[in-house]
Amino acid sequence: MGLLDFLKRIEPDKKESPLLHTAYDAFFTFAYSPDSTTKGGVHIKDGMDLKRTMIHVVLAMQLCYVFGTYNIGHQHFDAMGMYPGFLEGFHLKLSHGLIKLLPIFIWTHVVGLGIEFWFAYKKGHAVEEGFLVSGALIPLIMPPDIPIWMLCVAVAFAVVIGKEAFGGTGMNIWNVALLARVFVFFAYPTTISGDNVWVSGFADATGAMSLSPGSVTDYSWWHTGLFNGLFEWMGVDIFKEGAVMDGYSGATPLALAYQGGWENVTNTFSQSQLWWGTIPGSIGETSKPLILLGAAFLLLTRIASWRIMFSMVLGAISMSMLLNMWGATPFMDVPWYFQFYLGSFFFAMAFMATDPVTAASTNTGKWVYGFLIGFIGMIVRVLNPAYPEGWMLSILFLNTFAALIDHYVLESNMKKRLASA
Amino acid sequence: MLVTTLFVIAGILLITAIISITDSFLQIEAKKTGIDTSKENFSLFPRLGDMFGPSVPEDLDSSRFHVLKKGHDIKLTGEAVGDIIPVQSSRYSVKPTNFRGIAPIPKMLVAEGDEVLAGEPLFFDKQNPDIKFVSPVSGEVVEIGRGAKRAIENVIILADKKINYKKHDVPNLHEASRDEIKAFMMESGVWTSILRRPFDSLARPDEIPRDIFISTFNSAPLALNQNRVVTGKEGSFQKGIDVLAKMTDGKVFLGVDSGDAHVSKAFTDAQNAEVHYFQGKHPAGNVGVQIHHIKPIKSGDVVWTLNVQDVIIMGKLFTEGIYDASRVVALTGSELENPKIVRVTGGASVADLLRGESFGGDKRIISGNVLGGNVLSADSFLDAKTEQLTVIKEGNHHEMFGWLLPLKPRPSVSNTFPNFLFPAHKFEVDTNTHGEKRAFVMTGQYESMLPMDIYPQHLMKAIMAGDFERMEGLGINELSEEDLALCEFACTSKMPLQQILRDGLDMMQEQS
Repeated sequence: MGLLDFLKRIEPDKKESPLLHTAYDAFFTFAYSPDSTTKGGVHIKDGMDLKRTMIHVVLAMQLCYVFGTYNIGHQHFDAMGMYPGFLEGFHLKLSHGLIKLLPIFIWTHVVGLGIEFWFAYKKGHAVEEGFLVSGALIPLIMPPDIPIWMLCVAVAFAVVIGKEAFGGTGMNIWNVALLARVFVFFAYPTTISGDNVWVSGFADATGAMSLSPGSVTDYSWWHTGLFNGLFEWMGVDIFKEGAVMDGYSGATPLALAYQGGWENVTNTFSQSQLWWGTIPGSIGETSKPLILLGAAFLLLTRIASWRIMFSMVLGAISMSMLLNMWGATPFMDVPWYFQFYLGSFFFAMAFMATDPVTAASTNTGKWVYGFLIGFIGMIVRVLNPAYPEGWMLSILFLNTFAALIDHYVLESNMKKRLASA
Repeated sequence: MLVTTLFVIAGILLITAIISITDSFLQIEAKKTGIDTSKENFSLFPRLGDMFGPSVPEDLDSSRFHVLKKGHDIKLTGEAVGDIIPVQSSRYSVKPTNFRGIAPIPKMLVAEGDEVLAGEPLFFDKQNPDIKFVSPVSGEVVEIGRGAKRAIENVIILADKKINYKKHDVPNLHEASRDEIKAFMMESGVWTSILRRPFDSLARPDEIPRDIFISTFNSAPLALNQNRVVTGKEGSFQKGIDVLAKMTDGKVFLGVDSGDAHVSKAFTDAQNAEVHYFQGKHPAGNVGVQIHHIKPIKSGDVVWTLNVQDVIIMGKLFTEGIYDASRVVALTGSELENPKIVRVTGGASVADLLRGESFGGDKRIISGNVLGGNVLSADSFLDAKTEQLTVIKEGNHHEMFGWLLPLKPRPSVSNTFPNFLFPAHKFEVDTNTHGEKRAFVMTGQYESMLPMDIYPQHLMKAIMAGDFERMEGLGINELSEEDLALCEFACTSKMPLQQILRDGLDMMQEQS
């Protein structure tokens, strides 16, 4: 009880320093669940609250974080042809991954939570938990080499325009994490599209991000100063300057599939590589088994809707089968079951489409919503010449229409009741 | 290594297949010779039908058997057990606030100091002067307590040692007209136990209900077993049904728990009523849920609902001519040393009822179950229709990382707690909210707690927006607070659903 007494003693005055009190309240309710009791209505309440819900979604992503961090390093050394085995150069790959990931993670939270705290203080209510999940998702869907300032602008846009403008957690129309991603995609197309961004740590002679042959490693003080010093002292391999191997393109499997179909993909990547995720891509979306483990966790705890996940798989399968039948381009000819080896379908299914706030809210609506995401997402992936991936756009598209789907479900419910009157 | 594993798996599959095929042959053979294979222990494996399908008794019309898949049973410690113990109280109270739908200042028929008999009118509502509210006991009116704006809060009666009843001349059920019976019911006080839906408020004198519904089991946490109530009163219960059957052009429906092996014959074999069986978790015992599955309330419909105990009181009035307001009440909850079942007259003093129990400031006495009902202080009185008191701990304490790593087990519908591994565990609960109020975030949660074709979250939003057409369309007229209580319990965002619903019902009532 000593800590509780101490925390109570340092509570700032709500009137004199409201901003400080908002921050204090957020941290206090994090450490201690509130002592409020039920008044009117039910006398006991379920042990579940929004904090617990959100933290379980974050827990479900942890394997993606571990793998994603390491894969940043693995892809970096793979481009130079160094340490080709997955576990070779473990310490180097992990430290390079951390050097790339941690700034993204920290800045996402500094900007996002900062805005959340500010709005909570301005509105005079408690800090809501929504950003716990958004903040954990955003780093996972960013390319590892994203400039930090772009990330900050994108997060600020997503939180202010995407969420707070609508009234905060529970009120937003579009998925906040995807809004950040789509902002980066549309606002900085030259920097962020193409094959350059998916493998980190290289620059050309002018210092710009580049993956062309001849580009050399772009190491920071963290590499050469901190970690090299540490590794020298430990007597293990250190970061050495190097260049991108000739013939290495850094193209993602999707780009390869777009150019030349499944065969073109398997010329570069093996099936097990595609499945386990040792491929270039956004930080957390490459490893299918680990994402599926997270999805299983969400389904087991019944936090995510199985209806959305299941119908989204159905939608994607039926569209890719249709495209198989059409078969006008090499990408359309990729067998429907191999489509799941490519891109971020599972990540979008497990963590993005199932966001309860932006998804359809009726059970019937969820079937329609999930199916259409899968269906439309596959169209965008295969038929869009500019950017061969569709889940971000199709989920945002269906977010927009979720309310309409619900409207028709509710109308039919109301009609049943009023018609027979 | 791999090959060995595969061989083992193949072997197991083969043996399973052989057993399963022989088992099927055995069943086919049994069916041919006419042996009853419906018992689940006949086969080695449960049949698909046993696992997923409803177990409708074969002799029953399946349209009268309702399987409800949704809902949740909250298991708590402090169940009331043992024989029914009669309890006397020295003082009784009648509270006008117990009756929904009457004005806060009723017209008093007695003054302080007057002597009354049990069944004699105390006051009436000025809007409906025919409906009399009567005294549950005989004795002296010692206090007429008034609250804010001179609203009458309670009428306290000092009871006689032996209760004297007012004798009524009972109209003959076969000869009297519906209006005569109605007038008698209003005059004798039993009318005040009839509730109407929509709005779950006091029945209005000018209405003829489409149907009348009675639930004969209560699925709420620690609720009183209604079989205990009806034992020895079967005649009165049947008489009450007979009376009610005269009041409607429709039917009297009884909802019976299909899972109860010891269900009273008074319920299953009731005459003048249609019996429907319900299988499922709470809130399957709620009359609102049963109405929805038997014959839903459409726009313009009015139905009546009654408790088993009120039907018995009504039946006794029509057989013996006296208004006997004694009821069976379950005294439950983890904070009682001796949870027990008592027989006491409605309106008794709580202190007399809980004599021998200790009360600190950190206990809450609930008039009803943990999912609803008023909070009573130790010096107050029972509500008129209460059949359960629950005493639990107050939860006004902080808990370190309570949202993440709770130290004590707590009931939850969420699988993030290991509760689903221990389905039989009984919880000791307190009144902590376990979190702060938030906007609606999760979806589908209420729907899985309410076995009705209703979208509670959208209904709540319609009420908040004051959209009458939508409220009615989404089924507000079918609901009462108790139906949404489980949703409110489970709500991640800690929304006060029952309060919102009542606000909506009040709005609807003003409009109608």
